[in-house]
Amino acid sequence: MFGYFCGPPQQMSKYRTVLEPGSANRRYWRDLWAYRGLFGFLAWRDILVRYKQTTIGIAWSVVRPLLTLGVMAFIGWLFNSEVPGDVPRLLLVGAATLPWTFFSTAFSEAANSLIANSNLLTKVYFPRLIVPTSSVIVCLVDLLISFGIMAVLMAAYGFLPDWRILLLPLFVLLAVVAAMGAGILIAALNVKYRDFRYIVPFIVQFGLYVSPVAFSSHDIYGSDRIPEVLKFVYALNPMVGVIDGFRWCLLGGASAIHMPGFLLSIAISLLLLVGGISYFRKTERGFADVI
Amino acid sequence: MAGPIISVEHLSKRYVLRHQQRERYTALRDVLANKAKGLFRQRSSVGGTEEFLALNDVSFTVEPGDRLGIIGRNGAGKSTLLKVLSRIVEPTKGRITIDGRVASLLEVGTGFHPELTGRENIFLNGAILGMSRAEITAKFDEIVAFAEVERFLDTPVKRYSSGMYVRLAFAVAAHLEPEILIVDEVLAVGDAAFQRKCLGKMEEVSGAGRTVLFVSHQMDAVQRLCNKGLLLDKGRVLRTGSIGEVLNEYLSNRAGSLSTFTFRAPHIPGLAHAEQLRVEGTDGEVRTEVAMGADWQVRITVQVHRPIEGFVVGLGISSLLGLPIRTTWSHATDVIPGRYDLLFRSDGIHLAGGSYKLVVGLSHQGRVIQYLPDEATLEVAEMSELVNDPRILNTKSGLLLNQMPVEIRRLS
Repeated sequence: MFGYFCGPPQQMSKYRTVLEPGSANRRYWRDLWAYRGLFGFLAWRDILVRYKQTTIGIAWSVVRPLLTLGVMAFIGWLFNSEVPGDVPRLLLVGAATLPWTFFSTAFSEAANSLIANSNLLTKVYFPRLIVPTSSVIVCLVDLLISFGIMAVLMAAYGFLPDWRILLLPLFVLLAVVAAMGAGILIAALNVKYRDFRYIVPFIVQFGLYVSPVAFSSHDIYGSDRIPEVLKFVYALNPMVGVIDGFRWCLLGGASAIHMPGFLLSIAISLLLLVGGISYFRKTERGFADVI
Repeated sequence: MAGPIISVEHLSKRYVLRHQQRERYTALRDVLANKAKGLFRQRSSVGGTEEFLALNDVSFTVEPGDRLGIIGRNGAGKSTLLKVLSRIVEPTKGRITIDGRVASLLEVGTGFHPELTGRENIFLNGAILGMSRAEITAKFDEIVAFAEVERFLDTPVKRYSSGMYVRLAFAVAAHLEPEILIVDEVLAVGDAAFQRKCLGKMEEVSGAGRTVLFVSHQMDAVQRLCNKGLLLDKGRVLRTGSIGEVLNEYLSNRAGSLSTFTFRAPHIPGLAHAEQLRVEGTDGEVRTEVAMGADWQVRITVQVHRPIEGFVVGLGISSLLGLPIRTTWSHATDVIPGRYDLLFRSDGIHLAGGSYKLVVGLSHQGRVIQYLPDEATLEVAEMSELVNDPRILNTKSGLLLNQMPVEIRRLS
């Protein structure tokens, strides 16, 4: 009897939604959490599709880092870049190829993810941030496979990592932050300005030259010929911090981290993520209208 | 009760149309180029822009358990309304309050991936439509049985026939259990038998007390499924109320299609010419569309200039492609100059929904006076008065819906 006077049943008000201009902003993070299931499903879909044609899928994620590794090691040898301590050159380059391959695929997939899923965006509601972030997660699986290759290489050289490898997950996280930040920003821009699809491959190609893959950060920071300004600009690249971190963890500290440059890289990664998400949030309301 | 489950107040959605632009997105180089030009010219605009109100001050409420049919011509704002309600686009103005979970079905198979198997797509599609993994697992067998794809569960859907694909897609959607279900035109796909099954499922859903919002061009489906109607025209609400009232308003006021056809007088005046043709209901009122199964009549006005012996007026009905379906002639009559009115009444032969050509011919003693093969049309609306008529089994079985008498005898 009393229940009747207590207003509508609980179940009803639990799902009450008010839609008005700007309302999506107020419940943004709550929505994102509510749709975490879909996030998992989208990542699961992309992984399934990637490895569906098993031979090509897995072979591709092995061949590509191996080829990059070989070419980069050759270039480093050709230009006689410095190899610290008694670390084999192949391992030095390998420790950098891991995060770089991850970053380049994750960044490009995330940047193109909204366009690739435009049929979803115009037909169903869900927090749009799920799309680029879940595509980054998929690339983590590739990274895992690459780790397997690296382990084989290290075993072949009889190289044992020390306690520092336990800190590796932190640097994987840093790589994810960098790829997501840049990917989310470009994905949102890509919806509005479709010519960003030409910019993405350029960033990836250019990035390989300015990131310490073929060479190491020592070559830069330790050089007398390079002016301080350029060293500063070099450190702005978020992947410098990530790659230096990977080398430090995997190669047992043989390559020490250049702290100021490292901190700057981390700061830029975080700035990209915050900036990317805030631009994404500002524009995502209009995605379905323009995509 | 708790009041309306959905209430929409003064809802507007504005789109900005850019002229001189083929795509909706902009190219950065254009923006930069225009900015650069703007430095020299004070005004800068990308082409001409024009605002367009897809929804204009729309207000209505939906009570729990209502099945609301949203009807209107193309471009009336139906799809935009559904998109705003399902949160795909944000309103420009106004406020919507929804008391319940919403599942929207604007397209069957949203998010289906061709490389994935039927089983995988059920989970993926369910998640996209807002079901949890536990819900999907619980309903999995039911979904598979409804879609009739048991044997192909582990086949990638790219190998499915289009019928199987659609069945599977609808099956997932049909097993959603939200308080509010929003459906757009999905019944336009699949074969007739499956369409009936879908309609049945949707009736069951609404029978279970859930609220359904339904947009379709198939008036018979709307009429069957819905109890309330909302008529939109150019972004405004023309009428709300019971589905019967709203459908009648729609059929009698359908702008854009004609019901009175006036023929131009021939350059060289002959013996006679047809002036006008009107499609009417049996009450003599003009109808832009006649309901499938309802009686109708065609009135032709003829001007006779000279006395004619054995004057005949013929009315043909043909398909839009020109296939003649039937032709009716008036009795040969001797006439003197003046205006004449001929009434052709329908006689219980039921045409299926769609558009037909009306062909008019004037003749005397086998000689043609005037022939108008392509001037008038008859619109038969798929809002059926026959749906509950046991003599009509299927409204898509052919152009003529009447059944032949059939006898069955045991021979041995």
